[in-house]
Amino acid sequence: MSEVLLAARNVTKQFPGVLANDDISAQLRPGRILALLGENGAGKSTLVNILFGMYRPDSGEVVIKDEIVDLHGPDDAISRGIGMVHQHFQLVPPMRVVENIVLGAEPSKRGLVDLAEARSRVVELSQRYGLEIDPDALVEDLPVGMQQRVEILKALYREADVLILDEPTGVLTPQEADHLLGVLRELTATGLGIVFITHKLREVLAIADDIVVLRNGRVVGETTPAETNESGLAEMMVGRSVVLRVEKSAAQPADVVLAVDELEVNDDRGHLAVDGLSFEVRAGEVLGIAGVEGNGQRELVEAVTGLRHPLSGTMRINGEEVTNGSARDISKKGVAHIPEDREKHGVISVYSLAENSVLNRYHRSPFSLRGVLRRDVIDRHAEDVVEEFDVRTPSIAVAASSLSGGNKQKLIVGREFSDDIKLLIAAQPTRGIDIGAIEFIHRRILEQRDKGAAVLLVSAELDEILGLSDRIAVLYDGKLMDVLDAQDADRERVGLLMAGITQ
Amino acid sequence: MTARQKQLLYVGAALLVVMSWTFYAADGPQTTAVLAGTVRAATLLALGAMCGMIGERSGVVNIGIEGQFLLSAFAAFTIASMTGSLFLGTVAGIGMGLIMGWMLAAMAVGLKVDQIIAGTVLNIAALGLTSFFYDRSRSLGMGKYTNIDLGPLAEIPLVGTVFFSRPPLTYLTMVLLVVVHIALFRSVWGMRTRAIGEHPGAADTVGIDVLKLRYFNVTIAGGLAGLGGSYLALEAVGTFSRAMSGGRGFLALAVMIFGRRTPFGAYAAALFFGFTTALQNQFQLNNTFDIPPQFVGMLPFVVTIIVVALSGLIGSMRDPAALGQVYEKG
Ligand SMILES: Nc1ncnc2c1ncn2[C@@H]1O[C@H](COP(=O)(O)OP(=O)(O)O)[C@@H](O)[C@H]1O
Ligand SMILES: [Mg+2]
Repeated sequence: MSEVLLAARNVTKQFPGVLANDDISAQLRPGRILALLGENGAGKSTLVNILFGMYRPDSGEVVIKDEIVDLHGPDDAISRGIGMVHQHFQLVPPMRVVENIVLGAEPSKRGLVDLAEARSRVVELSQRYGLEIDPDALVEDLPVGMQQRVEILKALYREADVLILDEPTGVLTPQEADHLLGVLRELTATGLGIVFITHKLREVLAIADDIVVLRNGRVVGETTPAETNESGLAEMMVGRSVVLRVEKSAAQPADVVLAVDELEVNDDRGHLAVDGLSFEVRAGEVLGIAGVEGNGQRELVEAVTGLRHPLSGTMRINGEEVTNGSARDISKKGVAHIPEDREKHGVISVYSLAENSVLNRYHRSPFSLRGVLRRDVIDRHAEDVVEEFDVRTPSIAVAASSLSGGNKQKLIVGREFSDDIKLLIAAQPTRGIDIGAIEFIHRRILEQRDKGAAVLLVSAELDEILGLSDRIAVLYDGKLMDVLDAQDADRERVGLLMAGITQ
Repeated sequence: MTARQKQLLYVGAALLVVMSWTFYAADGPQTTAVLAGTVRAATLLALGAMCGMIGERSGVVNIGIEGQFLLSAFAAFTIASMTGSLFLGTVAGIGMGLIMGWMLAAMAVGLKVDQIIAGTVLNIAALGLTSFFYDRSRSLGMGKYTNIDLGPLAEIPLVGTVFFSRPPLTYLTMVLLVVVHIALFRSVWGMRTRAIGEHPGAADTVGIDVLKLRYFNVTIAGGLAGLGGSYLALEAVGTFSRAMSGGRGFLALAVMIFGRRTPFGAYAAALFFGFTTALQNQFQLNNTFDIPPQFVGMLPFVVTIIVVALSGLIGSMRDPAALGQVYEKG
């Protein structure tokens, strides 16, 4: 057996404007789990894409089984026994499980796919590794956890002896994530090596044999779970000491601001995504909506902000009905919105930072006068936002597209928070941004709460929900499983509800 | 297809058969003429629809079928009249179809030109080139392809004449329907083709060369449209005339969609549209309606609009997810 299953040696990769990987070295030995830890944008995906032959490094070497290799594409890596489970699943939804598993390496007779043979190999494989699956199910009908299982089987079918998993737990409930960690641990018993990418400290400590920490494209630390702990890892990842939990005082809930009653909303495909939701959010409290993504969160937020018309039910803000109001009608009632997809709904990337800072108010005094924009007022406002919300930018004249994710998000928060707000709707407010910006935004959200705003927080990050919310509602399949007071909620309990289990 | 849709289909088919026989009993020659006309029109539509579905299943829209028909018909006719060989003419038509398929692939897959624009380029080029080089004095001295009776099968009343006493390219098309069906849904090629049309990224990560396969498929599909062109000039009509494809390349796309991008579905749809065309011809011959012939000639297109609109209502089929999109690695 080889000493080194897979290694990067001094790998460098430049993308336009970013040095994604800067002289990175890391190695994986048989039967071990190597965790790659780093914030969003640290270069983890780039590194494994190079190891998998998707990208070519500008310089440096890839080593597979003690041998320096030159990979021209994923098929080169696959044929050398590397399997990868991508961050975004690479499955063909309308095809069957068995077809997805054998695609590209189909057993065949005279050009025709031998499905019987394929099915029996898949069944044999799933029994050998204890990864039960229905080979004839359509992938699009499977829950995410099962789809991930298909991805793993796909790699094992190709006789992978290295498995690379890019952020595999992001789409899972905590229990599903724990189960996955167990499965991976068992797989290593056969000598398989695993590269496990994550930005979740807890998982790294639970599963890794070796840990490599990346920051800004560089290796900033190598350690093992025995030598470190959560705060040590966080510090390495961010480059300074961080507060892992926000300080917050007890909530002072007052009058009901947002009242949603029997709300039903369809998704883009015309399926019922929000199924009869009723809840209230009071001034001075944070209601967190927990749930695995795709359980109706997006449609709920779009309905409440006026971006999508509900099928039935009512929504009231401070007692006034807004059910079929437009986004502007709703925004006029003092509603601020931090959208889930900042690139699509948060900023207009070709507009300047200054223009983006008034997207919600450019049509009103003092920013415009009789239909003409007042650039000087807008610029002054933008300077204030940059100053107060710590937006790191060379000037307010640059296009929003040139800002990093965290700074874009701070700009959006600055824009939305500069009015006196009654209701804040924050959807995935810290997705994909650095820890510094996360801390900042969390503090600002709580500040709004303490100033008397009602806050509806929707997040797929359970830690964020647990850290900020005063009450926690769990959404599953478009329905509310339960609403818990924050002090009764823990990871275990919320996690089960997220999986639709009520005991 | 849902059980309800299947039921509807069977009831419709049964009704058609009963009706045909009733008419046949009343007026044999006319019924035979209409049904034979149905198969004749359906052959071209089926070839175009197969060309379209192979492209679309791999994620590439082909609205250039009209142009592929036309230029291939021209090539087939010209070569056949020059050499005196229908066979060589047919081969030339297929060859021209392959070339045009390759051109579409080069633009839409290679250069990543917008697929609708690339198809339009083919249509305009075909119309311009054939009009410019059209030579009125040419003709097919030896005549067009003639019917071949398939032994005793051709003796069956009505069905025999309609299906088993046909010229060779019609038989070839029927064989190709089966071949394309097996290729698309049973073969390794077909599985990969459907994968790159639905999720090219997934295919790429298992080592399938998406761009190469799309290139290949769009080119090969062009050969089917080329055969359609040969059929049009050398079997259906027996000559070439300006713009003779007459919108049937577009109709073939409607047939493809109505047939849910499957060969047999497309053939059923093609027979249906072919029937409206044949009926319309017969109306004009008999002067059934006392209105200008142009209005009667609209029948197949009016039916197309109604049927496509209706099929949207009766549970539409999802398009391949990556249809019309350029694939960029990574
Ligand atoms: N295909 C690409 N083109 C340009 N820049 C890219 C590309 N892929 C990643 N990047 C950039 O490279 C950096 C590292 O990204 P990535 O490897 O995805 O990080 P991680 O997976 O750790 O979140 C980021 O700044 C990202 O914007
Ligand atoms: Mg990543």
